Amino acid sequence: MTRVAFADAIDEVVAERMASDPRIVIFGEDIQLIRRNLYARFGARRVRNAPISEAAFLGAAVGAAMAGLRPVVEIMMADFLTVAVDALANHAAKLETFSGGTWRAPLVVRVACGGGYGDAGQHEQSLWGWLAHIPGLAVVVPSNPADAAGLMRMALDHDGPIIFMEHKLLSEIWLESLGRGGRTTVAFDVPAAGARAERLPREWIPPGTAAVLRAGTDLTLVSLGVGVHRALEAAEELERQGVSAGVIDLRSVSPLDMECLREHVARTGRVVVIDEDYLGFGLSGEIAARLLESGIRPRFARVATDGTIPYARHLEIEALPNTARILDACHQLLET
Amino acid sequence: MPADVWALYEAMLRSRLFETEVSQLWGRGLISGEMHLGTGEEAICAGIVSQLHDGDALALDHRATPALLMRGVNPVALLREFLGREDGLCRGHGGHMHLFAPELLAASTGIVGATGPMAAGFALAAQHLRPGCVAVAFFGEGAMNEGAPLEALNLAVVWRLPVVFVCKDNDWSITTHSPSTTGGNLADRARSFGAYTVEIDGTDVSAVYDAAEACLQRARAGAGPSFILARCTHLDGHYLGDTLLAAARQPMRVLGPMALPLARSALQLHGAALRERLDALVDILTRSRRATAAIRQRVDPLDRARQNLLADPVRLNSLESRVAAETRAIVEVALESASGSPQP
Repeated sequence: MTRVAFADAIDEVVAERMASDPRIVIFGEDIQLIRRNLYARFGARRVRNAPISEAAFLGAAVGAAMAGLRPVVEIMMADFLTVAVDALANHAAKLETFSGGTWRAPLVVRVACGGGYGDAGQHEQSLWGWLAHIPGLAVVVPSNPADAAGLMRMALDHDGPIIFMEHKLLSEIWLESLGRGGRTTVAFDVPAAGARAERLPREWIPPGTAAVLRAGTDLTLVSLGVGVHRALEAAEELERQGVSAGVIDLRSVSPLDMECLREHVARTGRVVVIDEDYLGFGLSGEIAARLLESGIRPRFARVATDGTIPYARHLEIEALPNTARILDACHQLLET
Repeated sequence: MPADVWALYEAMLRSRLFETEVSQLWGRGLISGEMHLGTGEEAICAGIVSQLHDGDALALDHRATPALLMRGVNPVALLREFLGREDGLCRGHGGHMHLFAPELLAASTGIVGATGPMAAGFALAAQHLRPGCVAVAFFGEGAMNEGAPLEALNLAVVWRLPVVFVCKDNDWSITTHSPSTTGGNLADRARSFGAYTVEIDGTDVSAVYDAAEACLQRARAGAGPSFILARCTHLDGHYLGDTLLAAARQPMRVLGPMALPLARSALQLHGAALRERLDALVDILTRSRRATAAIRQRVDPLDRARQNLLADPVRLNSLESRVAAETRAIVEVALESASGSPQP
């Protein structure tokens, strides 16, 4: 059976849609090499190299979307969104409300995120909570090739701005160019099931639908992106210890599938959120708040990134959520 | 003051040999992530940094190693930082793109274009706190398409800030040929803001020194900012492991796996006209050749500086042996374990 890589699964969906929808154009820095297969098929008018001018071309993507195109604009890394965030936060996100619901900007922002390859905190941030904080922005974070394809299918149909975040440990093209650089002397903790998958049936994942990857009765682990694989590893270890832990892959930060969370957390009464994004003022706190608002009072813990991600590998591994930290959090929750 | 070509060559050589060692350690996997070397930029760094004084500030981009070495940062601490050690320059937290030497007012960043505004701020602080001192910003020509450096140029002109903006133009923005994404001429751009602007060959250390001397004097005298456009070649490409260079060196290993998916995609129904597809294929397949041709035709700033020193081979030989021995010693010391310091 053929196995498909994470980024290829996404590119195939984009190609399929570009073939039938001439409104889809792609642009970004170095894009003609990064998405060379799309460039070779759709040419330089629809796969366009952008200057290193994120504020200009992300802003232009918003304008182009308002005027009838469906841009898939690529910002190399989530960290670089910060220099262009006005286009998203003040314009794309607010258009629908400001126009009284009469105008929308259907725009996919494809961006690499996440750490685990020693590039430090200006190139390894997740920032999905920071983005989802803005009303009007949808944010999705797939954890495997099948979901990546299913979420990109949905994103290309979405009628507003959506940030599609691609973890660099899952996306080989990024890991190779930023982490490995042709070397055989470096190793990364790449979750195999996240980076490549058997070819799966075509799926369209509705906005804001989490996936229950593992049922559990004692405790619910909630995560997204690479964190899902760390959570699964922890759940397997817990099972050996006689603890039944469920794992939910959120897949989407905004909208957030609270129905799924409520259902599972109400049953187990214990929830651990594993979030590679920052600890404070983010996704983990949001989940806690929404659970409380809905009347569920679970035992709650979170494993997230607390502080700037350091460069040194041994420090980085500790800073990002890892299986040992998840197990510690679970054990503490189970003891109390 | 005329340039001391011996001192400048020594600074350049020290940087080159240090970065050659960095390259090897990176290849051995002892340095993680990306590694952007400044090999090929040494003349630009030496010509400018050698004229900085106490109280002057440096805003550096992701190729900060040569400038920091030339400014006097402890090379052992720098190398240990790359190795991710607790006794590194930034205690292993920064790595090569995020290097900070507060006592020298030298800071680096991995965000393209961020050095322009930072240097403007350093210069503003100099105006208030250290009259006569200056700030220097280093960035590449690709950064000149970001808003931040252009806004900083304007700010520096209207506030008459003592800052020198140094654009190191190697013609390539990662894998994109810069002229294909850059309108007009960068020196004209800077001039249009009213900045004093000079264009120089960045491989000629004496030319850089002379241009910088004039710019720094203007800044120290309160005559405002200037812009130096210095052309150079990155001898190791954008970063170590650069795909374009690897493709040119080992075409089968790099281009081989790309060929089938490319051909398959280019032959799909529904897409651009045949002509456009062919243009794209030719562009992809020849891009690495164009990038490496630039490196093959390069002028190595060290070779060029060395030419002027050949008249005194004894002194040259002694200088080169001394710098090589000192660099080896730096690497040996840097690799020694330090108590309480985890090995990479």
